[in-house]
Parts: sequence; structure tokens; C-alpha cells
Amino acid sequence: MNDTIAAISTSLGIGAISIIRVSGPDTVNIVNKIFSKDLTNIKSHTVNYGYIKDNDKIIDEVILTVMLSPKSFTTEDTIEINSHGGIATTNKILELLLLNGCRLAKPGEFTERAFLNGRIDLEEAEGVMNLIEAKTDISRDLAINQLTGKVSNLIKELRDDLVQVLANINVNIDYPEYDDVEDITLPLLKEKISLIKKKITKILEESNNGKIIKEGITTSIIGKPNVGKSSLLNNLLEEDKAIVTDIEGTTRDIVEGTINIDGILLNIIDTAGIRETDNIVEKIGVDKSLELIDKSDLVLFLLNNNEKISNEELELLEKIKNKNHIILINKNDLERNIDDKNLENPIYISTKTNEGIDELKHRIKEIFNLEKLEKSDLTYLTSARSIAILKEVANKINEIEQSINNNATIDMLELDIKYIWEKLGEIIGETYDEEFLDELFSRFCLGK
Amino acid sequence: MKYEVIVVGGGHAGCEAALACANKKHKTLLVTGNIHNIADMPCNPSIGGSAKGIVVREIDALGGMMGKVADMTHIQIKLLNNKKGPAIRSLRAQGDKITYPKKMLEILESNSYLEIKEGIVEDLIINNNKVEGVILDNDTKIYGEAVILTTGTYLKADILVGSTRTRQGPHGEKPSNHLSDNLKKLGFKIKRLKTGTPPRIDISTIDFSKTKIETGDNEYLTFSYDLEPLYKIENQIPCHLTYTTKETHKIILDNLTKSSMYGGLDDIEGIGPRYCPSIEDKVVRFSDKERHQLFLEPESKISSDPTYGNTIYLQGFSTSMPHDIQEQMVHSLPGLEHAKILKYAYAIEYDAIYPTDLKASLETKIIENLFTAGQINGTSGYEEAACQGLMAGINAALKLEKKEPLVLKRNEAYIGVLIDDLITKGVKDPYRLLTSRAEYRLLLRHDNADLRLRNHGFEVGLISKEQHNLYLEKLKNIDKLTNILKETKISPKQNNILEKLNSTPLKDGISLYNLLKRPEITIDKLISEGILETNADKFIKEEVEINIKYEGYINKATKEAEKMLKLEDKKIPADINYDEIKNIASEARQKLKEIMPTSIGQALRISGVNPADISILMVYLKKKYHK
Repeated sequence: MNDTIAAISTSLGIGAISIIRVSGPDTVNIVNKIFSKDLTNIKSHTVNYGYIKDNDKIIDEVILTVMLSPKSFTTEDTIEINSHGGIATTNKILELLLLNGCRLAKPGEFTERAFLNGRIDLEEAEGVMNLIEAKTDISRDLAINQLTGKVSNLIKELRDDLVQVLANINVNIDYPEYDDVEDITLPLLKEKISLIKKKITKILEESNNGKIIKEGITTSIIGKPNVGKSSLLNNLLEEDKAIVTDIEGTTRDIVEGTINIDGILLNIIDTAGIRETDNIVEKIGVDKSLELIDKSDLVLFLLNNNEKISNEELELLEKIKNKNHIILINKNDLERNIDDKNLENPIYISTKTNEGIDELKHRIKEIFNLEKLEKSDLTYLTSARSIAILKEVANKINEIEQSINNNATIDMLELDIKYIWEKLGEIIGETYDEEFLDELFSRFCLGK
Repeated sequence: MKYEVIVVGGGHAGCEAALACANKKHKTLLVTGNIHNIADMPCNPSIGGSAKGIVVREIDALGGMMGKVADMTHIQIKLLNNKKGPAIRSLRAQGDKITYPKKMLEILESNSYLEIKEGIVEDLIINNNKVEGVILDNDTKIYGEAVILTTGTYLKADILVGSTRTRQGPHGEKPSNHLSDNLKKLGFKIKRLKTGTPPRIDISTIDFSKTKIETGDNEYLTFSYDLEPLYKIENQIPCHLTYTTKETHKIILDNLTKSSMYGGLDDIEGIGPRYCPSIEDKVVRFSDKERHQLFLEPESKISSDPTYGNTIYLQGFSTSMPHDIQEQMVHSLPGLEHAKILKYAYAIEYDAIYPTDLKASLETKIIENLFTAGQINGTSGYEEAACQGLMAGINAALKLEKKEPLVLKRNEAYIGVLIDDLITKGVKDPYRLLTSRAEYRLLLRHDNADLRLRNHGFEVGLISKEQHNLYLEKLKNIDKLTNILKETKISPKQNNILEKLNSTPLKDGISLYNLLKRPEITIDKLISEGILETNADKFIKEEVEINIKYEGYINKATKEAEKMLKLEDKKIPADINYDEIKNIASEARQKLKEIMPTSIGQALRISGVNPADISILMVYLKKKYHK
């Protein structure tokens, strides 16, 4: 009861702003870690303008409403963060809160606390209980099922790797006189741990949903000079009513423009290239395009309605077949000279009249299965949570590696390893119980 | 005849229980089947081991006797896991099966508040759900205000060898045939458990040249915080190590159906311990293993004793094969080709209660003033038994004194972990302590059992004023040394010393306290380099060093423990009606009704009770009791 909880309180996706609510004794401390201004001596019932930051990177411009104990809904210290809509931004803020010490609130938990702390009167008790019950069943299922089978299997595999290491260490500890079981030495442990780390990094990279929430969709716009790449970019940018940022030298090597479509981030790569080359009469740079295609989650391939398809274009069309891609035929306002018989589901657009842009957005959401996600807020919540946990685990592994380098003793290292094993269990809804001891006894041969 | 406390059984639980009550000046009777079997070690001749060694120290810190008697009598002692880290170090001694019981009996007999009587208890005298005494097999009634049952394997004990089942105890004694039935009539649930023991070999028939020697440590060690070492390092008696062979495995597999456990007997109900499989189990379950380790452990240094003199305990070779097969199996072992078996291996089945019928004080929920401890509660091991005996003894006495029971928390002692596990989770197979059962094992160390528990021992009256003063003195000295280390600084000018110790040079001055966080720096090195002056003894230095080096981990564990304790403070009233709570999952409801946890913290540890159920429970408590 005494931990600090956080959750997104508004329904995710379309709204112009969303509210993330934080409640508990560490509220001010935790929010302080990610807010641009010092909140240490903040007064109750104040509204504060500033930025949410991930280290030095600005995530969003926000307004904080601070309500200190006991004058809040839960009677605990509470902060409500008003952010700019988008799923990505809101989830990122939640993720930061979770990384900095908040626990994701259970459904109905703010209300539950309000009740337990005497804020709501007793007549509402029954209602609260029903609420908890109804919601927990759903969330229990969701927490377990919503991860794709693949990711959940990968997590299970990781835990299996870890439990083997743990069981082995514990057998070494509890049966020190037996040599039947391999002794886990520090170099051996390091080897096993770095293997697990590799797998986690891979999951983080590959987890598509996670990546989309976290980083957006890496998108390239490919096409001949003068086909309208620059105009398409500008059209999309104009459509974006929320935030448009040009971020230099961010984590992913060449992300340069970020577009927010209904809360989904499109990271357009090589925007500079698009702007430069469109003004110069030159051939389509096939090599450069291939490079971009390679790096993209999504390729927007632009053709000219007014012209026949060139050999270079055919070559590139072949190359994008195995990628998420959308073929756009621009200049629909001009005479049709293109042969679209062999093109797969093209969308006709006009960057002049804005025709087809809505269909394009719809198609993007369809491809990434985002419409489904949008409707079910819980899915997003737990994904942000999963990512936060995985990140924490990755950080912890770095610490473990550091400790091994410092010759830490195995009893301490075991605690760290058990911690990440339990953390990973939280993602798939399995926790420590007899499970671990069963493992110990089934895998090793012990006895008097 | 009227006593304040009657202890039924003279094993390791019974001895500690009886001594705790008698030392607290309550008139106590110990009833045992055979006075010569008091404090007997019918199985392994060892005291301590991983986690268990820490329990022995905890018993000592609280004022129990096991550690002291082991120190006075053992034939070999070592510190396990020394290099693996401070949280898991533990002492293990080779006990002496003759002198240990003898010494314990001496201590019992010299206590003026304690009487010992031979007899088999078959029933209890109960009035209004309160125990008032015991009834022996000859119908003698003995009255007592509290009764502690420490019956070990003697409730309907059956010895199993091959296809024979014999109703008797480990040494052929008479078991109690009716007590468990009578407990059942009172409302206790009864289960059947099973354990096994390996053959004993004539020492003079073993060729030790074919085995590997295993000696005690070269450093003086004691379980007890009050005793100086009483042995000579060079006089310790070694153990030996040998292995099973392919031939052994073939003999076992060829004769598997003759083993009691593999079809030799078809009426076995008892559940055996997972961690002590028989050699049959090991060969069958781990068929890819080419050989299994076997330890040859001397049972006593007194060679003239008819039972235990000249015998070797063959650890790792417990079996329920018939005698002729045991002969073949033993003779297939290197060094034991011509070995003579003095006592054959056997399995034993016995009755136990469901420990979920107990309170944390080890008083039963069903009958007032009735306590149980040891194997009757589903545990296995001398140390597990002894610590329960001690706690049952302390709490029976406190009950008579109308005081609150002593309940050790999970972050305070392995004893607390053990009892909480028993009463919250119950047991399926005989329960053995493992370090992995203790989530706060970093706090439950071998080195700090006295710091954790001496004060409790003093408060319940089992630790004397003098002992307590020594403990207070130790606390003071730890503080003193810690402060010196914090106040003494080392500057870059002294980098030549760090160089000598293979440690990175300093850029700015730091305290010795912070310098000690470096793995390569120790207090002793600081002393020998002349940077630190202290007359603290090695125990103080050890304590301070562990606290500094593992500060981060220890702080984290302490914080987690505090969180747990807060949940322990949220009490659940004893009269709660779980059927009244809507929406709680049916499995959770059933478990909660069965275990009747006393706090939200305990409720959370019950398997099958989910956090969502706890939320609903808390809302209910708030509504109903305004808590």
C-alpha cells in the first residue's frame, strides 16, 4: 500500500491531451527526476508548466497539477501530468515514471486507495469492490495474453535460462559437499549472463509493438526526384496538429523528422535528402534508396501518375516486396500515363489537393495493427510496462556484469539474478513460488 | 502427578523444549519411550550444514543447547561456503552419536526443574478444548498445564525393508499406536510421511586407500557464542569419499521391484523428502549420471560402543532394498568390496499433523495449551526439530506466564522462516531448510545470529545478564570501529600504500570506511599497513567489514523487509468470516479459511491467494472493522 503508483487516466489515442496520474509517498520525488524544474518545495494545489525529460532529451511540454497529502483524491501526494495526446508520448512518460520507481496502478487502484484512506464514504464500498473484481479478471487475462505468443515464449525461455543458473547456484550453496553439480564460477556466470543479455536486447529490438510505442515507425519516402516526396512530407507535417520536431543526432542514426499521426509516431528518415534532391534534376539514387529501405519499418514508395514506370523504379519495387510498404501514386490531378496493373494496392494521392492522405493514414494503421491497439488502452499500458521491465532488467544485467568484474561474491550475485528472474515473471504473470524449489529438486540429484 | 509442562518425546525437539521450560523455572516432565535414546541421532551423524548451521547458532543465541552440546562432542567441524560469500556461510560438524546424547542427558538430568520418565503416550486429557495432561499406554494419567508433542517418527512408526513392514521405531522400540488416531478425533488432520536412512558399515572392513579423505577445517570454530573451542584441530577425525559404480547401478536396476518404494510394498502412503532421494530414486531419475557421491562418515569416536562404535554411516546410499541386495550393492563400491554391514538401510513411515493447524507460537489452533514441534509438524532434520522444540518450549512457558508469544519474523531468523512456511504453506514432503527459502538471507547470516536474537533470548529469560552484557559490549565495539573508519581519512599522499595493496591510487582523500568498499581492501590489511589502529577482535572486524562491503545489498534487503513488516502489521481479526466476503476467488477463499492468516502479510504468502483477492479482503476489513 505504501508504494507509489502511476497510470494513464484518460483514454489513449485521439484526445488532444492525456492525463497521467501519480499517487503515493514518493510522488514528488519521482516526478522531480523527470521534470525540468525543481519540485522539492512545491506547494500543494499549484499548476506548474515545464518539460518531461529523459535525461537531457525533452519528451514533452506538460502542465503538472500538484495535490499534496491529505488534500487529494487518494489523500496521498498526487501529481497529474497533462501531456499532449499521442500514444507514444503518453506511454513514454508512463514508462519513465515506472523506470524511476512507480508501480503501474492496478485497475481501480486510485479509487481503492481513496476508499481505504477514508476519502470515499462507506456506501461506495460495494461499488469499489465490484469495480476491482470486474477489472482484475480482465487485466489478469490481458496481462498474460496480450503479449504476442512469440514474445511471451521468449520471456519464458529467458526465465528458464535464469532458473537453471539460479538452481545451480543454490545447489552449490545448499549442498556444498557435493561435486555432482557443476560449480558456478564468476567467469562461467559472466558467460551465461551475457548470453541472456543478448537475448533481452534482441527482444527489445524485435518487439514490434514495443518499438512502435517506444520509438515510432521508422519510415522512408522513396521515389524519383520531383515525384513529390518533399510535398508529401510537408502535407503530412501540416496534418500533424500535435508536435513536429526536427531532432538532430538522436539515438537511431538518421531519424530526422517526427510526425505524429493520431498518436502514432512516424520517424521519417533522410528528410534532408528528400528536400535537397527534389530540387535537383537527377536520377533516382538506387543505392541510397536501398540503404534507406534496409533501415525502414515502413517504405512509402512514390510514383508519378503522369509517367511510365522506369526500370530503376521496377528494381526498387522488387526490393520492397518483403518490407511493410505502401505504393503511392502522386499527381492524380494530372493525366494518367502509368500502367498500374502489376502494382499492389496502390493509393492514388495528390499532394496538391491533399487527396488520399486520409487513406494513407488508415493504411498505415492497418499495416501495424494499430487500430486494434488504440481501442484497448490496457494493451498499451502493459506494453509500456513490459518495456520498462525489460529495460530495467537490461540495466540490472549491466550492474551484474560490473559486480562480477569487481569479484562480488556469489551470494550477492544470486540476489540480483533472482531479482531479474522475478521481474521477467511479472511480464508474463508468473511469480516466485514453489516453482523455483521444484526446479531445484527436479534438475539436480541430491540427497543423503 | 502434576506438572506445569509435559514434553512428549526426547529427541532434539523434546530436549530443547524441556530445557527451555525448565530453565524458565517451570516444573517440567519429559516422557520418553527409552531414556537411552534421548537426543539420539538415528540418521546422519552431523549437526549443521547449509542453513541448518545458522539455525544452530540461532538456537544458541536464544539460549538453546544444541550448539553447545555439539561443540563439546563433535569429531570434526568446518565452515561451509566460506568463499561463496558471507550470507551463506554455515558450520557443519560431524557429531558423535554416543557422546552427544550422553552430554545432553547429563544436562537434562542436572536440571532441578526437570524430571524424566519412561513411557509411551497414547492419549491426551482434554477439557473444554484445553489440554490438561497425557495418558500413558498403561493408563497412567499425568497432569500438566501445557503439553508439547515432539513425537518424531514414533506415531504409528513402520520400518520398511524390501517387502517387509514392521511396526517399530528406528531402534526396534515400541511406537505410539493410538496417539495420532486420538489427535484425529480431536479434529486434527493427519498425514503420513516417510524418510529413509543408509546402511552402517564396520569400519575395520573398509579399504580407505581406495577413497578420498575429507578433513575438518584448520581454523578453530564453534557453534556457540559462549564457548571457546574444546577440541584440537589435529585430533579431528576425517570422513572419506567414494562413488557408486556402473555395477552398483546395474544391481539396483535389476532388482528395482524388490525395493519397498518400487513395488516391494504396495501399501506405501508416506511421502518422502524430495531432497533426500533414495539411491534407487537417484539411479532411476538421473540415469545419465555415471556415478553418485557417497560419504563415509564415522558415527563416534568411542569404539567400544555396541551400537555406534566402529560404524561408518554411508551418506548418499539410503535404500529400502532387501538385505541380500543391499549386500551386493555395498560390495560394488570402491573400498567396500569386503565391507560388513552392521545395520541395514531402511525406510520409516510415520504420522504427522498438518502444520497449518498451528499458530505461529506452535500452539495448535484446535486445542489450547497443546504445542507440537519437530517431525510431527512435517519437518526433517535435527536442527529443524531442535529450533521448533525451543520455540514451542519458550511459548508454552510464556503462555503459562500469561505473556505474549515470541514469534520470530522472516527477516529475523531462519527459525522464523521455517515456522512461517510451515503454518502458511503447509508441507507436502518432509520440510528441510534451505538458504533459498529465506528471501532475506542476506540479513540472516552465520556471523550475526547473536546480534539478531540475543536480546530476545534475554527477554524471555534464557540468556543471563552476563551473556547479555557481552552482547551489548559487542554492539558498542561494532559502533566504535565503524566510527573510527568513518573518521579516519586516507589522502593521495598515502598512494604508495594503496599501490602495495594493488589498489587504484586516490585523487582525493576519502575515509577508510569508503576505501573498504573496494574488494581488495580488508580491515586487517589496513591494520598491518599502519593506517588503522584498533583492538577489536576478529568477530567485530568481520561484522563491520561485511556491513561496509555489502552495505548496498543489506540496505536493499532491509528496505524490502520493512515493506513486509508493514503488511504484517495489518492484522486480520480471528473472527473474520470469509464466506461473507463477496467477489473473492473461490480457491483463495478456501485457502484463507483453512489457514486463517493473522495478517495481510501472511495472507499474501499463501499460494493461490492473489493480490486482487487481498485488495478485496482489505476493502472488506475496512468496511467491517473500520481498520
